Order: sequence, then C-alpha cells, then structure tokens
Amino acid sequence: MSALDVLDGCASELAGTTAPAARDGGRPVLRERGQREVFCGLTGIIWLHRKMQDAFFLVVGSRTCAHLLQSAAGVMIFAEPRFATAIMEERDLAGMVDAQDELDRVVNRLLERRPDIRTLFLVGSCPSEVIKLDLAKAAQRLGAVHMPRVRILNYSGSGIETTFTQGEDACLAALVPVMPALPADAAKELLIVGSLPDIVEDQLLRLLAQMGIDKVGVLPARNARDLPSVGPNTRYLLAQPFLGETAMALEGRGAQRLDALFPFGAEGTTSWLRAAATEFGVDEALFEQVVGPGRERARLALSKLRTQLEGKRISFLPDSQLEVPLARFLQDELGMELVEVGTPYLHRSHLARELERFGPEVRLSEGQHVERQLDRVRADRPDITVCGLGLANPLEAEGFTTKWAIELVFSPIHGFEQAADLAELFARPLRRRDMLEV
Amino acid sequence: MQLAVWTYEGPPHVGAMRVATAMEKLHYVLHAPQGDTYADLLFTMIERRNKRPPVTYTTFEARDLGKDTAQIFQDAAREAVSRFNPQAIIVGASCTAELIQDDPAGLAEAMGLPVPAIPLELPSYQRKENWGAAETFYQIVRNLADKSLVREPREGRAARANILGPTALGFRHRDDLVEIRKILDQLGVEVNLVAPLGATPQDIAKIGAADFNIVLYPEIADEAARWLERTFAQPAVRTVPIGVGATRSFIADVAELAGADPTPALGDTSSRMPWWSRSVDSTYLTGKRVFIFGDATHAAAAARIAREELGFEVCGLGCYNREFAREIRAAAKECGVEPLITDDHLAVEDAIAAACPELVLGTQMERHIAKRLGLPCAVISAPVHVQDFPARHSPQMGFEGANVIFDTWVHPLVMGLEEHLLTMFREDFEFADEHGPSHLAAHSPRKSAPEPVPFVSSEVETPMPPPTALSTSFETNRGVESLVWTAEAERELKKIPFFVRGKARRNTENFAALEGRSAIDLETLYDAKAHYAR
Repeated sequence: MSALDVLDGCASELAGTTAPAARDGGRPVLRERGQREVFCGLTGIIWLHRKMQDAFFLVVGSRTCAHLLQSAAGVMIFAEPRFATAIMEERDLAGMVDAQDELDRVVNRLLERRPDIRTLFLVGSCPSEVIKLDLAKAAQRLGAVHMPRVRILNYSGSGIETTFTQGEDACLAALVPVMPALPADAAKELLIVGSLPDIVEDQLLRLLAQMGIDKVGVLPARNARDLPSVGPNTRYLLAQPFLGETAMALEGRGAQRLDALFPFGAEGTTSWLRAAATEFGVDEALFEQVVGPGRERARLALSKLRTQLEGKRISFLPDSQLEVPLARFLQDELGMELVEVGTPYLHRSHLARELERFGPEVRLSEGQHVERQLDRVRADRPDITVCGLGLANPLEAEGFTTKWAIELVFSPIHGFEQAADLAELFARPLRRRDMLEV
Repeated sequence: MQLAVWTYEGPPHVGAMRVATAMEKLHYVLHAPQGDTYADLLFTMIERRNKRPPVTYTTFEARDLGKDTAQIFQDAAREAVSRFNPQAIIVGASCTAELIQDDPAGLAEAMGLPVPAIPLELPSYQRKENWGAAETFYQIVRNLADKSLVREPREGRAARANILGPTALGFRHRDDLVEIRKILDQLGVEVNLVAPLGATPQDIAKIGAADFNIVLYPEIADEAARWLERTFAQPAVRTVPIGVGATRSFIADVAELAGADPTPALGDTSSRMPWWSRSVDSTYLTGKRVFIFGDATHAAAAARIAREELGFEVCGLGCYNREFAREIRAAAKECGVEPLITDDHLAVEDAIAAACPELVLGTQMERHIAKRLGLPCAVISAPVHVQDFPARHSPQMGFEGANVIFDTWVHPLVMGLEEHLLTMFREDFEFADEHGPSHLAAHSPRKSAPEPVPFVSSEVETPMPPPTALSTSFETNRGVESLVWTAEAERELKKIPFFVRGKARRNTENFAALEGRSAIDLETLYDAKAHYAR
C-alpha cells in the first residue's frame, strides 16, 4: 500500500471530520481529528521541576489533574516534589467562595511552608480555563505581595490547549518576558533553548566553549531566578522541537533563531553545533578539531547498533513532537525504514531541515484519530511501533513490538555521547522479542 | 480549594472506568478533554491488562468549546457503537466536561442508538473514585436487570448466589474471587453471576435469578446490593472474608442463607495461619504495635486479624474513604484507639509518627511514609503500585488469603529481627557498618545516615509537614539543635538497633529539652528511656 493510497482513502472516507491531506512543499500531511491518546501539558511539570530547582509548580485544577500528576510521576511523588495541585471543590465553582481569595489562601500557606521557593508557577488546567479563572491576574496580584522573595508566573498546561511537551513550551514562553534585556550594543550571545538533562547540557556547553563560544545562556536555567539575558544580539538554538511559542516570544524580544537539525545522533549534533560555529565565526579547522572526536565516538557506537536496526520498519504514534527528528536520526544514521511518522503538532519551519530528509514514501501525520491510526498500524505491521503506555501493552498483546514514547522525554538522548543510548532504546525491545522463548 | 500532592482516590470517572474495564461487551463514552486518556495506563501498566480499556474519549480541545462539543460527543458515541459493537454503553462526563454542561445523557438518548445507553451523573467536584465505581455499578444493575424475572422455587435445586464487587484495578480482586468460588463449591452453592468483573450487560439482566448476593467489596457493591434487596428480595452476605475468623463467619453466613452444611468448608485444612501464629517462633509478635490505614473494608479486616489472629496491638486505625467512616469508627472503638478518617496523607504521616508503631499496614502511600520513618511496612489496600498486581496467586480472602497475609505482614518484621542481630554484631569484623541491611536497602537508613531529625536542610528529601505541625516542630527543633551528645552517649545510641534508634534519639532529645538539660550523656539517655518506658 503506498502512502498516497492511504492518504487519498482517508481524505475521501472521512471528509466530515478530517481535513483533506494538505500539501506543503510537495509533501502531503495526513491531518486527523478524533480521539487523541496523549498526555496534557501538565505532564511537563514532572521534568521541569527537576530542572529548575528553586521553582514550585502549583496546578489549579481538579482531582483528575492531581491524579494525572501522581500517575505520571510514579514514585517521584514521594521525594517531596516541588509541585502540587490546588484542587477546586464544589464551593469554588458554585461561587460560594471567591476563587481568587481561595487561591491567595492556598498560595500564602504554601509559601509559608516552603520558604525555599523562589519562583512559583500557577499552572492552568482544563477546569480552570473553562471557568475562566484568571490566573494571570492572580499571578500579578500575588507577585506584588511576594516580590522580591518569590516571583509568581503563570501558564496553561491544560489538555484543551497543550499536548504533553507543549507544557514546557508554555512554561518557557512565560519566562521570556522576565528575562533581563541584553543591551543593543552588547556583543552577540548564544542562547540554548529547551530543558536538557544537566549532563547533556554540560557536554554541549563544553563543546561550544572549546570553539571559543563562551557567552552562552540556557533556558530554562537551573535556577529559575538566574535567567539569561535576551535582546537583538541574541542568537538562539532550539534543543527541542516543541518550542514554537517560546521561539515566538524570543523573536518578539529581538532574538534570532539559528536553523539546524535537532541535536540527535552524530549528524544532528554536528549540524546543531555547526549552526552556532558559523554564526559566531568559528574557524573550520577549530570546529573539526573540537567536534571530530565526539562525532567519531558517536559513529563508532552507532555502527554496532546499526546491524540490529538496519532495514527495520518503524511507525511513530503522536506524543511529544520529538517524532520527526528522531525518525530522521533512525533513518539516516541507523538505516531504519520509516512507515508512518505521527506528531501531535507539526511546526513546519522549525522542522523544515528534518523533513527534507524524508523520502516521499514516508507517511507523515499530524493530530490523531487513534482508532484509525491503530488500524493503519495493523495494516502496516511495522517491526516496531513507538507509542504511549496506554497503547503499548495492548499492541504487544496483538503481536507488535513497541517502544514506549515517554522514556524518550525523560532519558538523556541529545548530543554525541548519548547517540548510542538513544539507538539502544529502539534496539532493546527488538532484541528482547528475539530473546524470549516463552 | 484543597492543596494536594497525593490523592488516595482518583476522580469518580476513574471509578466508572474500573467498572467498564472489568466488564465485557460494555463500552464507556466519556466526554473529556485531550489528556484524560492518561487513566488508560493505570489499567495497561499497573494492572498489566493486555487490552485497552473500553473507553472512548471525546478529547475536545479549546477551539471546540462553545460550538461543537455536543456534536463531537455524538460522533464519538456513534463511532464507538459501530466499531466496538457493545451490548450497552455507559455515557458520562469527566470533571471538565461537567463544567461545559453538554448533558451526555440527553445527547445519547436523542441519538436513538441501537443499544441501551446508561447515563452516569458523577459529580467530580464532590465525589471520588470509589463512589464513582459504586454509582456506576448501581446504575448498570438498575438499568439492565430484568425486573420481570421470577426466581425458580428453591426445592430440588442448589442455592444460587451473585458475587458482587470485583472490578478492574481492584487490590487482589482476581485472586479473591478464586478463593470465594472455592468456598461456594464446598458449600454446594452455584454462582449465578460475578459482577462487574467478567460480566456482560446480558449477564446483568439475569441478576435477579440468584437467591442471595455476596457483597465482596462494600465500597463498590453495597449500593447495588441494597437496590437488589429491595427489588428482588435478595438478602446479602456482608461479612468480608479477610482473615481466618472472618472467613469462618462468612462460611457460616453463606451456609445459613443457602441452607447448606458449613462443616466441610469450615473443616478446610488449607489454613496454615493459625498454626504458624501459634508456633513459638511467633511469640515475639506479641504486642507489636501496628498502625493500620487503607480503605475502610481492608483496614477494619486488618485490625481484626492483627488483634485476634497475630496478637498485635493496634495503635492506630484509619481510612481515607469517608463513605465508610462508620465501620472504621466501630473497629477503632474495639481497638481502643481514635479513628483517623482523612484523605490527607500528611495527616496520616503525622499520626504514624506520633503513634510510634513497630509495623505499618497501609497503602502505597504508607509504604513510602514508613520508608521515610525507617519502619517495617506491608500493603493491605489500594491504591497500590504495579508490584501489588503480582503474577502469582495472592488472595487476601479465604484461608489461602490468611496464609498470604501471615507471610506478607510478618516478612518485614522477621527481616527487622535479622537486622537487629546484624546490628548487634556490628563490631564483629564481618559486619562492617557500611554493608547496610541485607534486604530492601531502601527500607532502612544507611550507616550514620541522618536519623529522622525533623527539618534537616536538604529540601528535596524532607517531608512537608502540615501547617499545624509546622510551628511546633520548629520550636522543638530549635530547642533540640543546641543539644550536644557526648561521645559516650552517641556510642551507646549506636548500640540500639537501627529501626528504633531514630525514635530513641528523638525521645532522648525531647526529654532533654523538656528537662532543660544542655548536654546528653549516658545518664540522660537512660533517664529518657525510663521516662518513656511503657
């Protein structure tokens, strides 16, 4: 079955609910609407609070939101995490109490109990958005009371507005307006955008420093109060593909994006570093000298995994927006064959260089109608399917090998040194399938 | 608004999912925003189900609000019925959809679907998971039971019972059911129906054919059982057969309703627990202080076992589901303790710390509280994590359940004794301090790891105290900080086994502060021991 047959079939059959397959730069994209089997943006809190160690995330929502956080956080919930839910109750909704007064009470109590909090995020949820509880106003009012000790910001992680990693995008976009201004006459500075595990961030900063680029800010910083500066002389590199809003906010402050592949694998990381090197006038010989050893180590490590993955067919169900760059990495550096690459949202310009690498046979889909997508998986029979935990075991039971997608967000996978770890995440389920004799 | 880090129960629509997932050929159409599908993974991961829960979510988004969410609901319902071909559907709203007031019940009715659509009203901002499960099961039974059904006369046939209550994501429901069937077999009672677990809507129609009901889990089945009592005059057995004594009462109750001879079932010799408990190896269990918390049914059952079958002293008893607070109050009275009815895990943590138990029996949350306090612990109730949906047969009910309970509860204590011995011989060269415990490393502090002195500076690992405890803890802490242990007293303290050392340190420091002593020497240590002797 060719990709186009599928696209045509879907477009005609589902004219009511599905937009016709759109063409962008000659590439058709299957756009679907229906049941989406994805996390909401609140989930971003789970890794963001580990990154920003002085920040606390207070979700204003329902018992469902609290339940989601504890289900997603697993055992982490017990290590005195820096997040909580202000659960709205009947009286908050019935207007028996002023929701804003209630919020003040909860926030004051929280800040009394946790004097270590320096930044507090009020995080909007579906219920708080639907009843139009004005958290921006609340943040402003409470901020006036608690500054300078505590800065209070807000963003929405609701499911009606954000999908999974878009929660990070909304959070970082809320930080951009409070970043200090980089003077117009300052020298050009580099900004890395997107939360990365500390070890990965250190590796990338080390490589940039060795090339002589040492004025580098990171967003988010490890302390939410140590924000990097931004201005017209800021050049930023996205470390993650899901940061559309944040990029727009940065552009609004004059910063300019450096176009590159995302730093997955030897090639992606090289392209990403090269974008900075070119912009900051790093000499080619120096670039090669700095980047060469890491790139070679990555290639060597990947060559061992290539034998396990080459020729294997893979489908991605939408989850994190990491799907496109990861698919490019698996195709280009490990020889895997892409069947369907689904993404919750496709940012065309940020992903343009990634998409160029896809052959015409790769089926690209945006959004989700989970039942139809599962029908396609069953028809395609890929060797491995990347999907969420709600689908993984049921697909395994049907005889499909799966890789659960959330791990890709929690594990260190960017940069040269992690390239093989990233490939191993896909190789392991296949190896396991072959090992088990029961 | 209630500030919460952790909740014992999910929202009520998760309770409805537990019922729908337990059943066959029933589908749940849930009006809910994108993201609420997170609940699927409770079933596919924690319970390790090999199928997706039979739930279709409408997953509306912000741009749909105000125009076509009702249409989205109807499309989803229509598609679900044609794709999954269920015998009946249940329809309802999650917390967000409750706010947009689309009325799934009315919408489903207007569609003229080819199968019954049972509407659910689950008030998300007042009620919780267990209530949602009970209400859903009740509505299913009420809507689907064939009320015209007339029971056959009892003469010349075996008695028939319905087993009500087991659901998906229930703590040991799968294996409890095996044990209950075994007992009913011995009594010659036929099972008319098990529900919700494994039942189809068509099976539910025949629910009136049974002579009586067995309410295995009152949290889920009591509501439905009361309706059945009124509608079909089916009496109910409400004894929950957890523990040897309770199992015997259960057998007697079922036998009476069935008109059967209980002797063969009572004579079942598979119950090893009574002998294990009487053997001299168990003598040291006598009077062990145990703190019990969980859902009301499991907590009350555990309290009876603890006192009557293991010889423990119950030093605390509570539950998180207010709907069954009465049962816990009664049980607490028998134990001579104040009942703790709360869904605030910080209050539970405080109560445990104050009670100084030697064993904690609770949920996943109490497991973590106990770990933090360095106390042995066993899990007796939901919510539980993946390890408490084991592959092996592990019931809580019946005689085999009692065996499982004996092993599960005593295991952490035996290990505690082992650790004690290990620590006593710590000066022997084989037992260097840093070797740590031989099992469950996380359960006890490593070498001179900070004892649970409240408010050490590390913010990441320190438990958050409830606001009321805050001021007082700070006070004592300030007093305690200035206290100096003499080297000799510190050495003596290290000779005390690790699992009571924290308590000894805290008691001694509190005692010294109380007495206004500035240094803690050997004298103070033993004065404090005498002061706190029980």
